[in-house]
Amino acid sequence: MTSAAGIDSFVADYAGLRADRPGTEPGWLGRLRRDAMDRFRALGFPTTRHEEWRSTNVARIARTAFVPAPRVEAAAAADRLREPLFASAARLVFVNGHFSPDLSVYGRALPGVELEEMATLLGEAPDRLERVLGRHAEYHDEAFTALNTAFFEAGAFVRISAGTVVDDPIHLVFFASPGERPVMTHPRTLVVLEPRSRARIVESYIGLDEGTYFCNAVSEFVVGAGAVLDHYTVQQESEQAFHVGNLVIRQADQSRVTSASFALGGSLVRNHVNAVLAGEGAEAHLNGLFMLRGTQHVDNHLRVDHIRPRGSSREVYRGILDDEARGVFTGRIVVHPEAQKTDAKQTNRNLLLSERAQIDTKPQLEIRADDVKCTHGATVGQIDPDALFYLRARGIDERSARSILIRAFARESIEPVDVGALRDWLEGILASRFPETSEAGDPM
Amino acid sequence: MLEIRNLHASVDGHEILRGLDLTVRPGEVHSIMGPNGSGKSTLAQVLAGRESYQVTEGRVLFDGRDLLEMPPEQRACEGVFLAFQYPIEIPGVGTQYFLKTALNAVRKYRGLPPLDALEFLRVLKEKMELVEMEDRLLVRAVNEGFSGGEKKRNEILQMAVLEPRLAILDETDSGLDIDALRIVANGVNRLRHPDRAIIVITHYQRLLEYIVPDYVHVLMDGRIVRSGTRELALQLEARGYAGIEVPGEPATLAGAGR
Repeated sequence: MTSAAGIDSFVADYAGLRADRPGTEPGWLGRLRRDAMDRFRALGFPTTRHEEWRSTNVARIARTAFVPAPRVEAAAAADRLREPLFASAARLVFVNGHFSPDLSVYGRALPGVELEEMATLLGEAPDRLERVLGRHAEYHDEAFTALNTAFFEAGAFVRISAGTVVDDPIHLVFFASPGERPVMTHPRTLVVLEPRSRARIVESYIGLDEGTYFCNAVSEFVVGAGAVLDHYTVQQESEQAFHVGNLVIRQADQSRVTSASFALGGSLVRNHVNAVLAGEGAEAHLNGLFMLRGTQHVDNHLRVDHIRPRGSSREVYRGILDDEARGVFTGRIVVHPEAQKTDAKQTNRNLLLSERAQIDTKPQLEIRADDVKCTHGATVGQIDPDALFYLRARGIDERSARSILIRAFARESIEPVDVGALRDWLEGILASRFPETSEAGDPM
Repeated sequence: MLEIRNLHASVDGHEILRGLDLTVRPGEVHSIMGPNGSGKSTLAQVLAGRESYQVTEGRVLFDGRDLLEMPPEQRACEGVFLAFQYPIEIPGVGTQYFLKTALNAVRKYRGLPPLDALEFLRVLKEKMELVEMEDRLLVRAVNEGFSGGEKKRNEILQMAVLEPRLAILDETDSGLDIDALRIVANGVNRLRHPDRAIIVITHYQRLLEYIVPDYVHVLMDGRIVRSGTRELALQLEARGYAGIEVPGEPATLAGAGR
């Protein structure tokens, strides 16, 4: 059942927010927000009776009275803040949904690149967003996207002009530093790659302290004809955090997108990824790795829409689940009537490290064209006892042997990461979670 | 070095080894022959510490210490090495990384400092010549996409790198053509050493033309029923296992030795 109290607290927060800043936003944005809020009121939070939410119960989010996150002094934990950062072409850092100029690398002129912090842009030149913002992240049936659209302030707007190639990553970092009361943030990212441009974008969502908070992110990517996007989402929220991410990627003719998701943290997490291959011959690679433990619940909810002919999509998600963690993988591939010669493939492989860990994996193919190639496969397994014995029979202790096998499984998702510093950071997390004793004093 | 007394072992409730006795001294090469299902591979797995086999009776001493008490990794560190009949493929784990991790684990146990990347590479190059192993295999995942012969050579390479005191070769000849057999046997022979014992488990006598044993034992129905020298293997080759009398048991295994 939808918790009316839950909705009320969000409605009250929304009213408070509007009262604080009357008339500062242009009419189109005000209308967009009001419309989104109306939709949220009508939809309420989804329940497990909702087909798309059958395996994930968000009542804990609905029950919590969140308040907009306060601005915190970022410098206090500067070292911890810097750890997940790496050399990039540009970096926008947010702490509790507030832009942090000190931590950002921002303003350096990158030819052909517009990079704007959302709140500033909304204040100074909101009309630059009018034709793109909210166009792709559909909120009419999506309560969380509606909520984000009504509330968002912080975030990033990136536009890469036609033919521009940006090799170094553009890093968007959303830190959470929760306090006494449960706080919420609604980060918003909008990236436009004009035709034949290339860019690398990394989004990081990272919890700095323990505590309950809710990060409700929406990211829209518009990828023009022949453009190439290399995109990563790293989610390492705190143990008690709720995280809902809605990522929509719209692709024009012959565009090529790789988007990889690394879900490492959070208590209750929903990752929705929708690639819309709206142009001919578009190519999408959606990769994911989720590593869960404790009582974490992570729901990967993917949808690929093949709208035009000759598109190809590849989805490879790997899950590693320990303790009593629960994972969900739903992969829907929709081949629309015009999308002949579609080539779609989906794989979900899971490694269960504990007898109480659980994974629900569900492919859904919806094919309305006749000349297509669509395959899917899912596996759920434990550590191979033969491989474990083989390693131990060579002198490697059991714990290290298990770590070696788990890391080998995870590495298949980490190795393709084309940003060296990010790959190293992920390897580091993998090594700290699954240590090998021989590594002490023997780095290689 | 190795003393096996009245060893009984079962898998899934079926008793496979039924009172096996064997003594192996340093420097010796023993061959254990026997028909399919006689318990040869079970013996190898039990000695290496495979947990799916239950030892129900008897004892195994290695240098006077209870081998059966030790987890598999400790046995390996103590110097027991099993060359697997079916080497396992381990996707995602590089061959070179695996060898280095194993060697440094064994060195650590023996109180030796770990080898760094360069030192390890020097050791590895030297050992690879022993089994005529190609460099390209080192960058691949362990045994992944290896031919049958390459897998067996990889086993002997691991043996060469880890320098065990007791090596058990479980049907290392199976699936090898004559050239691969010669390479593998040559590698093993070069590892023969007065301090090192080798147990060669095989179905056929062919391997023993290349690795000449000091002793040959016939394993049938979970026990060693005959022991002798090389001549025994030749006799088996000529007459098959049917000609072996099993004390106290009817000769029900006629024809099993081809």
